[in-house]
Amino acid sequence: MAIAEDIRIKPSSETLLRPDRPKPPLNYAQFIRWALLFLGGVLMVMPLVYMISTSLKYSFEVYNLNLIPEEPTLENYTYVLEDGRFYTWFLNSLIIATLTTISTLIFDSLVGYVLCKFKFRGRYLIFIAILSTLMIPTEMLVIPWYLMSQQLGWLDTYWGIMFPGLMTAFGVFLMKQFFETVPDDFLEAARIDGLNELQIWWSVAMPLVKPALAALAIFVFLGNWTAFIWPLIATTDTALYTLPVGLSSFGDEADVAWELIMTGAAISTLPTLVVFLIFQRFIIRGVVMAGLKG
Amino acid sequence: MANLALRDLVKTYDRTEVLHSINLDVQDGEFVVFVGPSGCGKSTTLRMIAGLEEVTSGTVEIGGQVVNNLEPKDRDIAMVFQNYAIYPHMTVRKNIAFGLRTSKMTRAQKEARIEEVAGILGMTEYLDRKPNQLSGGQRQRVAIGRAMVRDPAVFLFDEPLSNLDAQLRTQMRLEIKKLHRRVGSTIVFVTHDQVEAMTMADRIVIMKDGHIQQIGSPAEVYHAPANTFVAQFIGAPSMNLLDGRGTASGVTLWTGAALATGPGAEGKALTIGIRPEDLHVVESGGVLTGIVSVAEPLGSETLVYVDVDGKEIIASASGRTPPVAGDRIALDLDVRNLHVFDAASGEALA
Repeated sequence: MAIAEDIRIKPSSETLLRPDRPKPPLNYAQFIRWALLFLGGVLMVMPLVYMISTSLKYSFEVYNLNLIPEEPTLENYTYVLEDGRFYTWFLNSLIIATLTTISTLIFDSLVGYVLCKFKFRGRYLIFIAILSTLMIPTEMLVIPWYLMSQQLGWLDTYWGIMFPGLMTAFGVFLMKQFFETVPDDFLEAARIDGLNELQIWWSVAMPLVKPALAALAIFVFLGNWTAFIWPLIATTDTALYTLPVGLSSFGDEADVAWELIMTGAAISTLPTLVVFLIFQRFIIRGVVMAGLKG
Repeated sequence: MANLALRDLVKTYDRTEVLHSINLDVQDGEFVVFVGPSGCGKSTTLRMIAGLEEVTSGTVEIGGQVVNNLEPKDRDIAMVFQNYAIYPHMTVRKNIAFGLRTSKMTRAQKEARIEEVAGILGMTEYLDRKPNQLSGGQRQRVAIGRAMVRDPAVFLFDEPLSNLDAQLRTQMRLEIKKLHRRVGSTIVFVTHDQVEAMTMADRIVIMKDGHIQQIGSPAEVYHAPANTFVAQFIGAPSMNLLDGRGTASGVTLWTGAALATGPGAEGKALTIGIRPEDLHVVESGGVLTGIVSVAEPLGSETLVYVDVDGKEIIASASGRTPPVAGDRIALDLDVRNLHVFDAASGEALA
C-alpha cells in the first residue's frame, strides 16, 4: 500500500554504500542515552515481573518483595483455571471487548470519514464538540451513565457494560486524521464508477486506512479488556463480571488473595500479548501517522 | 459516444464568480483540450461536466440531454485523474474491473472486456500486479483502462500526464492520441501544458480567469490568436509583443521603424506580435538591431535574446552558426507574419 510505503524506514545511502564501516566507539552521550532507556525499560517491565513472580508464590510469601519465590508453585494457576468462574469472566471480557471494538471501528470511522470528506456547515463545530469530550474523565461520567442505565434497565446486562465504549472521541479523531491521507480523487473516481457513499466508504476508503483501523482496534480492545471502574459499577451479577472485576473479587474484605489476582492477571495478559505481537507494527504506524502517544 | 454542450455555464463560490458564462459545443468523437494557467477554471469546468461540482447556472448537455441534476454515475462519462486514482489495495485486474461494478454484464462478459482493454493498453501481463509494482506510465494506463472498460459516451482527462517525467509524458501523449483514433470517443482533456494541447487536440479551448479566450484548431490559435494572452500562451518560446502605433500605411514600432502592414488603425496605440521563428538574423539592414544578451543553443536552432532599445526580444537563429552573447545583430521580418493587436484591449485587429 502506497500510504504504508511512505513511512517505511529506508536504509540510509551511507549504510548502503559502506556496509563494512566499523562501529564508532560508544561515547558518553550515547552511554547516558542507553542507560536512561534501560532504566525506563526496567520500570516498565517490573510490574509484569512482579505479577508473574507473585503468581508463583504461596500466600504466606506474597508480602515478601523477593522477585524469585522461595518455594515456586503452579498451584495458583491450577486453582484459577479449575475455578469455573474464570472462564465465564474471560468469555465476558472477550465478548465485550470484541463487540465494542467492532462497533468503534465502524462508527468512529464513519464519523471520522464524514467529518473529513464531506463539506457541510458546522462540521468543524461538531468535530470540536466531539474532541472536547476527551477532556471529561471517566470518573465524572460514571454517575450519569449509571443513572441512565438504571432508568433504561441496562444494569446487569452486556449492553449496559458496553454502551459507553461503543464509540470513542479518540477513535473519531484518529480516523479523521487518517482519512485526510486518502486523496479525494479515489472517492470521486468511485463516485463516477457508480458506487454510493456507503460503498465508497467501505470499498475504497476503509481499505486505505487499514493501519489506522488496526491501531484503533488494538487501543480499543486493550482498553475494554482492562476496563475496571464502569464494569464494576454496571453489574452486580457475578456471571456478568468481566475479568478485571472478577479477579478483584478473589479474597474478601479481610484478606485479598493477591497471588490469585496476579495469576488471573497473568493469564488474562496472554490474549492481549498475542494481539499486540501480531499487530504491533500497525500500532507503531498508527502512532507515527496520527502523531499521538500510544 | 455523444456530443457535449455547455450553455452559459457559471460557477460561483461564496458569491465569487469563478467561471463566467462558458459556451462550448463538442462534437461526437472530437478531442477537445482545455488549456490555461492555474486557476483559470479549466478543471472546474471539467468537474462540472463530470458532476463532481454543482452547476451554479447554465446547463451541461451530454448526448442532447441536460445532465445538471444527474449523479456522476448516471452521466455516462469516465474520468482519468491527475493522480491516477487507482486503488493501491487492488490488483490491476480489480482496478479495471472496478469500473464495471455496477454494470449488468455477466462475469464472463466482464472478464472478456477487461482482457480486451488490457490488450489495447498492453497491460495483459500486468493484470495480477498491484499498482506499487508498476511504473508511472503503467499506472496511468491502468487509470485509462478503468475509464475505457465502461465504454462511456465522454472521456474526461484531468491533467493526467502532469505526474510523469518529460519522456514518459511525450510517450503517453502519443498513446492517448492513438487510442482516440482507435476508439473514436469524445474526449475532453484538461492541461496547463500548451505543448500537450497543441499536439493532441482537434480543437483547443484557451481559458483565463474563468473566461474562454479562444476556441480553435491548434493551427488557428497559433497562427491567428484572438488576443495577446493567447498569442503569448500558445507557442514556446512566447510571441514577442512590441509597442507600436498605427499609421496611414501600417505601423511604426517604438524604435521608429515603419512597417507596411496596411491601413486601418491610424493613430491607434497598437501591440505588434511576432513569433521568434519569424524573426531572422541578417547580416545587414533588418528592421531591428540590438545586442545579444543570452544565446540558448537547442541543437536544431539557437534562441537568442536580443536587447533592442531596452526591450528584450527573442529570435530564432541557425543552429550551426549562431550569434553569441555580446554580438550586435540585425533582425528582419516578413510583415505577413505580424499579428496586430489593440494595445488597450489586447484584442486582435483584423
